[in-house]
Amino acid sequence: MADYVRQMPNQGSADLARRPSTASRLHIDLPLLFLLLILTGYGLVVLYSASGQDFGAVIRQGRYFLVAYVVMFLAAQLSLQRYARWAPWFYVAGVCTLVAVIFFGVGAKGAQRWLQIGGFRFQPSEIMKLVVPMAVACFLAERTLPPRFQHVIVALVILGLPAALILRQPDLGTALLIAASGLFVLFMAGIGWRYIFGAALAVVASAWPAWMFMLQDYQKQRILTLLNPESDKLGAGWNIIQSKTAIGSGGWTGKGWLSGTQSQLDFLPESHTDFIIAVLAEEFGLRGVLTLMFLYSLVLWRGFVIGMSAQSSFGRMMAGSLTLTFFVYVFVNMGMVAGLLPVVGVPLPLVSAGGTALVTLMAGFGVLMAVSTEKRMVVR
Amino acid sequence: MKRVATKSVKKAAPATTGLWRLYLVAGLLLSLLALLVGRVLSLQILDTERGYAFLQDQGEARALRSAEIPAYRGVISDRRGEPLAVSTPVISIWADPRYLADSDRLPELAEALGMPVAELREKLERYAGKRFMYLARHRAPDEARALLAKRIPGVYGEREYQRFYPAGEVAAQLVGFTNLDGKGIAGIEMEYDDWLRGKPGSKQYIKDLKGNMVRDIGVVEPAAPGRDLRLSIDLRLQYLQHRELRKAVLASGAESGSAVTLDAHTGEVLAIVNYPAGNPNNRRDLQPGDMRNRAITDNYEPGSTMKSLTLVAALESGRYSPETVIDTTPGYIRVGPKTYHDPRNYGPITVSRIIEKSSQVGVTKIAQDIGHEPIREVLRRFGIGQPMNTGFPGESNGLLPSHKRWYATDKVALAFGYGITTTPLQLARAYSVFASDGVLRPVSLLAQAAAPAGERVISPRLAREVRGVLQSVTDDLGTGRRARVPGYPVGGKTGTVFQLGPNGYKDDAYVALFAGVAPVDAPRVVTVVVINGPQGEHHGGGAVAAPVFSAVTQGALRLLGVTPSEFPEEVAARPAPAARAGGDA
Repeated sequence: MADYVRQMPNQGSADLARRPSTASRLHIDLPLLFLLLILTGYGLVVLYSASGQDFGAVIRQGRYFLVAYVVMFLAAQLSLQRYARWAPWFYVAGVCTLVAVIFFGVGAKGAQRWLQIGGFRFQPSEIMKLVVPMAVACFLAERTLPPRFQHVIVALVILGLPAALILRQPDLGTALLIAASGLFVLFMAGIGWRYIFGAALAVVASAWPAWMFMLQDYQKQRILTLLNPESDKLGAGWNIIQSKTAIGSGGWTGKGWLSGTQSQLDFLPESHTDFIIAVLAEEFGLRGVLTLMFLYSLVLWRGFVIGMSAQSSFGRMMAGSLTLTFFVYVFVNMGMVAGLLPVVGVPLPLVSAGGTALVTLMAGFGVLMAVSTEKRMVVR
Repeated sequence: MKRVATKSVKKAAPATTGLWRLYLVAGLLLSLLALLVGRVLSLQILDTERGYAFLQDQGEARALRSAEIPAYRGVISDRRGEPLAVSTPVISIWADPRYLADSDRLPELAEALGMPVAELREKLERYAGKRFMYLARHRAPDEARALLAKRIPGVYGEREYQRFYPAGEVAAQLVGFTNLDGKGIAGIEMEYDDWLRGKPGSKQYIKDLKGNMVRDIGVVEPAAPGRDLRLSIDLRLQYLQHRELRKAVLASGAESGSAVTLDAHTGEVLAIVNYPAGNPNNRRDLQPGDMRNRAITDNYEPGSTMKSLTLVAALESGRYSPETVIDTTPGYIRVGPKTYHDPRNYGPITVSRIIEKSSQVGVTKIAQDIGHEPIREVLRRFGIGQPMNTGFPGESNGLLPSHKRWYATDKVALAFGYGITTTPLQLARAYSVFASDGVLRPVSLLAQAAAPAGERVISPRLAREVRGVLQSVTDDLGTGRRARVPGYPVGGKTGTVFQLGPNGYKDDAYVALFAGVAPVDAPRVVTVVVINGPQGEHHGGGAVAAPVFSAVTQGALRLLGVTPSEFPEEVAARPAPAARAGGDA
């Protein structure tokens, strides 16, 4: 709010053609907000069915949405300058919490991902999803663009350190996502094609050693299962087979809301979280899936529009990275459920039940809105 | 504020570089999205090999189940409607080892099942990786419901019917039994399985992952209960016969025994028992052979019981009457390499006496006189070696040989029942000809509404004539005097044959038989008793088998309400049987 008050004088200036709308005064991007509301509403409808018609689950998720929208709204209020100024401190604090997780972390199933402070639990890696691209963007925005070689190296270190810490938890999926969000910033900064091709080559070349030495057994298993789910129908292949069956049996029209057998009868595991798209596909059919994808595409489109019209390199890089990360979420989740990608724990943005990832995501949209409304402040 | 802005947020780089990058990214993203859409399309709409149709079937196959509704198996009852085999609803407990294996409620389950936890664990281990195992078959519904009410995940109940045999071992070999799955595998249960079984119905339901029934879609086809079956036996007589036979077998130390009672006019089997017998309700202690209905499945040489048939042949030849005198001096006769002995020299005696005393010499002489062909013909007409067509599993036909070349011994052996075999039931059928005034009727294990048409085998007059001779066998001096029944005149014929072993006849093991009709003046029942391998000095048909006949016939006549034609005082007043007349051949 402080920013808002401070920027009030700009409004009065004569070069502003028209009075800013209420939305822009509140730093809200209306089209984006509208899309998000539709998506979260759609998500609640599917969730009611996916949770076994548990109205309590819908209420709980609605409460998460409320929190997330508030977080988004607050995130939108901060100016980009402030983000840029605070990014290094966020980053240092984030890395410290990641280090703290190593020593004091709690968790389950052999992975330490959580920090417990009093009665409050939080997952530092979630915050890093926002902080890492912000830090990389902040670093690059203050240098010449496109970045020089040594800057690229520094940027890689900035994004590599937290990624390595998260990989150690171990949480391969999040580590890759965070690394990717940083790389997107680099890409948006306009690094040369040499880097991109070089990186691609390096990835391909490191595939074999990674398989041999880095991947855990359960990770290898997931990839093998993807290639041939029938090889272990009742074990690792179960999720994929059940979700494919759910999607396939939906057809064009679907079986109708609350009438999907795969989801309602517990065949589909994680039906209200990571695999919720399968419920949607089974009950609403291809129509429902295409509708959802269309909504996601609109969000992407809006994100890129905001990025393209961003007034600062920092804003453009942030918008681009956030939008791309959002896309990665969608693609990885849908690809996983449809049997295109290995099973990694990535929820379907705005639809899957759960709070943590949602809040991070909405905070990201808040930043995106900050980018979208920033220009009006800067344009003379 | 502005200072910060100008310092840390630079103006965007020339729009061109940023823009085409964005277009490129957008293009890339669109193609990835298209990939996703294509994938979903191929799963949902396109008719690929493992596409829409396949997955839809898969989805249905996963949730839609049809279950069998067990059909109630028909009741088997005796001729008066007493139940012999009934089905009672039970619940079998089964488990899905996948869910049960790591359950922490195993001790609770084991206790409810009444088995040690270790045993349950071991059983689960054996079925590891399977999806189905029985924990307990056929539990009483109350008990099973109490267990299922605990709602232990992975434990389910299945409704079944258990067969219960109220008569136990008494009618076991006739009624037979079903296996655990309700299919008849022995006796009547097997023979009439299709009739009794009924048709299981089917219902469809939707189940969830844990196998719980979520929604009942309904009965697709109702179960058609099996039909009831009424047997010809009278359970009261069956009990009596069982008791008497058992007593005789145990008292004589015999290996086994059989007894059959036929209705003289309808050919219905009123009682058919064998000993040893086992309890079909508890088959754990069953010995092999306990469940064999020896009266239908086992062949014996009928021995002297065939002499009455030889008598028929003799009378039919017109060269003999019961009064014809034959000289049996010197008490033995040589035939080929063999010598047949009477117990003592009877001297010249009538044909009737020959039968009464079961004289080997006399019968041999008759046989040599009339030839073996007429005798064999009479045996054939009386159904010896002819199928009975009861359809009972394992029914035996007996054997009436037709040699290419008849040796002298073969020819006469026929006359006293060696070299041929019959089942006890077959023997009873043969004797029913005398009882029914000369008509051979098919025997039946099922209750008949009316007497089936029979085949006239001998004239009524001849039948009565032979019955008169058979009655004389039970006279004070006859071999079958112990077959007498107080109050009723009875007639029959004893038989004692050497038991057949792997190396021909045994010298010290016998089969004792008695076949007879009662009351002899107006026959109602025909009873055959076979005691296989009686031990001790008194091993003859007259000593071992005839008393069983007496007791059984007495009970049968009383149950049938036959008016006594002799009064007990008369019987009592008659002189007690004199010294035992010698053994019968």
